[in-house]
Amino acid sequence: MICSHHVQQMKDVEMSAEVSNDNIHHPRTVFIRRHSIVTRLTHWLNVLCLSFLLLSGLQIFNAHPELYWGHYGANGDPAVLTIGSEDDAGTPSGFLRVAGVQIPTTGVLGVSNVDGEQTARAFPSWSTIPSFQDLAAGRRWHFSFAWLFVINGILYLGFSLLSGHFRRDLAPMAHELSPRHLGREILDHARLRFPKGEEAKHYNALQKLTYLAVIVVLLPLMVLTGLTMSPGVDAALPALVDIFGGRQSARTIHFITASALVLFVIVHVAMVVLSGTWNNIRSMITGRYAIHEEGPNA
Amino acid sequence: MSTFLTRRRFLIGGTLGASALTLSGCDLLDQNADIANVLRSAEELTMKAQRLLQGRDALAREFDEKDISPSFRVNGTSAPDSEEYAELLEGKFANWRLKIDGLVDRPREFSLADLKALSSRTQITRHDCVEGWSAIGKWTGVPLASLLGLTGLKPTARYVVLHCADELEKTLDGSGRYYESIDLIDAVHPQTILAYQMNGQDLSVGHGAPLRLRVERQLGYKQAKYIMRIELVDSFAGLWGGNGGYWEDRGYEWYAGI
Repeated sequence: MICSHHVQQMKDVEMSAEVSNDNIHHPRTVFIRRHSIVTRLTHWLNVLCLSFLLLSGLQIFNAHPELYWGHYGANGDPAVLTIGSEDDAGTPSGFLRVAGVQIPTTGVLGVSNVDGEQTARAFPSWSTIPSFQDLAAGRRWHFSFAWLFVINGILYLGFSLLSGHFRRDLAPMAHELSPRHLGREILDHARLRFPKGEEAKHYNALQKLTYLAVIVVLLPLMVLTGLTMSPGVDAALPALVDIFGGRQSARTIHFITASALVLFVIVHVAMVVLSGTWNNIRSMITGRYAIHEEGPNA
Repeated sequence: MSTFLTRRRFLIGGTLGASALTLSGCDLLDQNADIANVLRSAEELTMKAQRLLQGRDALAREFDEKDISPSFRVNGTSAPDSEEYAELLEGKFANWRLKIDGLVDRPREFSLADLKALSSRTQITRHDCVEGWSAIGKWTGVPLASLLGLTGLKPTARYVVLHCADELEKTLDGSGRYYESIDLIDAVHPQTILAYQMNGQDLSVGHGAPLRLRVERQLGYKQAKYIMRIELVDSFAGLWGGNGGYWEDRGYEWYAGI
């Protein structure tokens, strides 16, 4: 059965016959099967898709590096966010302007190095696919990987609902949602104290809530706001435009949600590294996750 | 231990290798013809999915007067740079004629007055540029379907090609001339009009005087300006770059519903 917390103990340490008292444990390492094959495959496909979608998305953004709210928005209309460049007596300088506050960002946003020359460009060439300005190519990459991302996401959601992955592994239990419990987990995380032994066999409440937020809120929001930018989809499903309050609002939410996902990935990778890099990565490749069980006096 | 190290090396190598390949390889991949074809196949999937969702007659949203953008950005050509066009403009387009030919039963020419005498449609719609911006404007014009009804279509006609007066790129062979094409499903859609008015006034030069296309379920580059001639064809393979439009010949999708 391929499910993560039906613990298949592949014991490294055999318990000897003499120590038959159940209350006595020696320190030992057990391996559990943490992630099912479907979770692992869809996870890495998702990594591939989101990487291409982000970098080609930045390419598309560069074609008009300004965000608006409502149905319409173009040059001269009030902007929520602008990445631009100015000419300071012959020296180009880049800026990011959010809600009226302007921050100098020369070198990264607005103006950055292209072939040794400071060039006006919203996101720098190392962050876009292709590296040079090519909206048509960026769109082709974006929409191809968008299809793959959606198909992969549907496979994952279907499997997770049917196999009970959501119910068993991701749905928080009532007691985990108490402010006291959450408070303790936040403190533990802040002190980089990660669950051990029996507790490490399951996601903790912060993990469950974060993964659920990504899986059922952020990623679907990316797809829906993306579709709302399509005039063809808007004709077919006009409710989308109402939900997001207009094509330009949808574009802004698309950008904010993508930023939230980037933030998630940074924290996610940091947590993977801090809580046992190789054990975590292995569990997402082969499925095997090592748990150290401690002795009775530990 | 040794297997663990091997696995660890594999993981390190795999992770670093994959990211390096992704970053440096993309520009190379982008120029690979096979990969370009795979990427292009997504366009077909998008078109089929959208057509399935839309059906033939799903309408683009129509807005109220109060929703109209205070300023509507002029994009692409702001004024065609030819003597022919300059003369037409000077004569207030009295000498301008819209030719409809190709795979039609009765090729015809229409003056601006002829078009204005036909029953018109007015719609306030959102114009979505491929770059990401949008503007809302009010368009008045003749439904393309009623003109095609007057000329009739030969059974082999599949696409409507719009030949324009503007050259967006100056080339020796004229391949920089703007043109666009749509299929018959979009051509007979109720909101597909040849507009001669914008926001209650005759089209300005910037917005495509005397006549431009509105095909509301697609992006801005399909909305051809300065239309001079409409040609019905069975394939656009023989036209300029063979991809059915100025921007299509420069890498953009022919189906611009997204």
